[in-house]
Amino acid sequence: MIDEPFATGSSFLHKADPRAKLTAAVALSCILAVSPSPVGPALGLLAGAVCLVWAGLPAHAGRSLLRRLAAVNGFVAFLWVFLPFSTPGETAAVFGPLTATRQGLALAVLVTLKTNAIMCLFLALIATSDAASLGQAMHRLRVPPKLVFLFLFTYRFIHVIGDEQRRLFTAAKLRGFTPRTSLHTYKTLASLLAMVLVGAMRRAEMTRRSMLLRCFHGSFGTLRSFRLGLGEYALLTAAAIFAICLSALEVLHV
Amino acid sequence: MHISEGVLSTPILAAGAVLTAAGTAVGLRKLDYDHLMTVAILSAAFFVASLIHVPIGPTSVHLIFNGLLGAVLGWASFPAILVGLLLQAILFQFGGFTVLGVNTFDMAAPAVICALLFRPLMLRGGRSRVIGAFLCGSVSVLLATIFTSAALAFTDEGFIHAAEVLAVAHLPIMVAEGFFTVLIVGYLTKVRPDVFTSTYSNQFRRSGDCAMEER
Repeated sequence: MIDEPFATGSSFLHKADPRAKLTAAVALSCILAVSPSPVGPALGLLAGAVCLVWAGLPAHAGRSLLRRLAAVNGFVAFLWVFLPFSTPGETAAVFGPLTATRQGLALAVLVTLKTNAIMCLFLALIATSDAASLGQAMHRLRVPPKLVFLFLFTYRFIHVIGDEQRRLFTAAKLRGFTPRTSLHTYKTLASLLAMVLVGAMRRAEMTRRSMLLRCFHGSFGTLRSFRLGLGEYALLTAAAIFAICLSALEVLHV
Repeated sequence: MHISEGVLSTPILAAGAVLTAAGTAVGLRKLDYDHLMTVAILSAAFFVASLIHVPIGPTSVHLIFNGLLGAVLGWASFPAILVGLLLQAILFQFGGFTVLGVNTFDMAAPAVICALLFRPLMLRGGRSRVIGAFLCGSVSVLLATIFTSAALAFTDEGFIHAAEVLAVAHLPIMVAEGFFTVLIVGYLTKVRPDVFTSTYSNQFRRSGDCAMEER
């Protein structure tokens, strides 16, 4: 159900310190998201595409990559249905009773570029790390420790509880349950979901006790050490220069 | 109900980030390390539950369960939903860093509001439990839809029609969500009533809130 198809690989972006990648991705997405003109996001999309190629995603990840891009662009397509027609401005084209405006089209293009640029950077910089190392990177970057704890444990238990949920659903299926639009289906699904919660509650109590028993006092010691090498500094410098250029473009309204 | 990256305007993104930061700060302050594990595992359970397809006619929908989450976790809904959305961004690339604030607030604020409004009714038993649970489930989706549509509509005039369609499309989900919340709450109060008190009452130690525990 939940796999990380992009997290395995041997490129520089896979091996680089997740702290550097996280910092670069957050900074660049914030700058791209607030850009008022399409030039910055277009450059961002180019940079994102270059990073994606550089990340050298494994062949089996190609389909998931397309699927993820399609999912995000589904929302963008939904906006394309409305934006050109409901933004007031000069008329650009007329389709029957609907008039598309120049401003509306410009806004739709801007949104499309921004969304895809941020998505590509995110895929290249963030999705190439697994969630556990990102959690540790967040910890090192001084994200509140309780939040990091929640992040790491939620991630850890999504798989466990996902397995449990599948086990319950398999059991129901073996007893002849097929989901339809009926009260019986809804009652069964609700009971199954409630059982997932009950199981989670029981597991939480057990895990808490066993961690207390192992002297857990609220903070993790991680054995993994991160190192900022020459490559990471180069990545951060490149991201910083790119960020400054984008901000300059935004300020100068090019 | 996700808004993707690059759609919203700067003031909306900033407002969402600030409100979510405040809500998360409150949520984390009210949580002690003893209950952190419960919140983590329950948010994992809600994450899993929200991936399940519920068949409605020819299509199927994903439920959100933010009302139920609010009733179980209280203010801890903010960090729980924040973490859930962050994981969705990392694992599935739905949403991202800049919209995290807005998307979290859109779902967590209704969770907390509905918990405060309907939880007492929900824990009373009998018919008021059914009514409370239905309202908790459906109003939380209603509010989430209103917040999401407002975020779109305030970004640019051009988004107003898209926001309206988004709101109308969520009407059936509101009903389904209320209905499912009634069924799940009914089951949980029979099997494991302490689900509603263990984390929640820790945050709001008031006499009325612990009625379930005493019973």
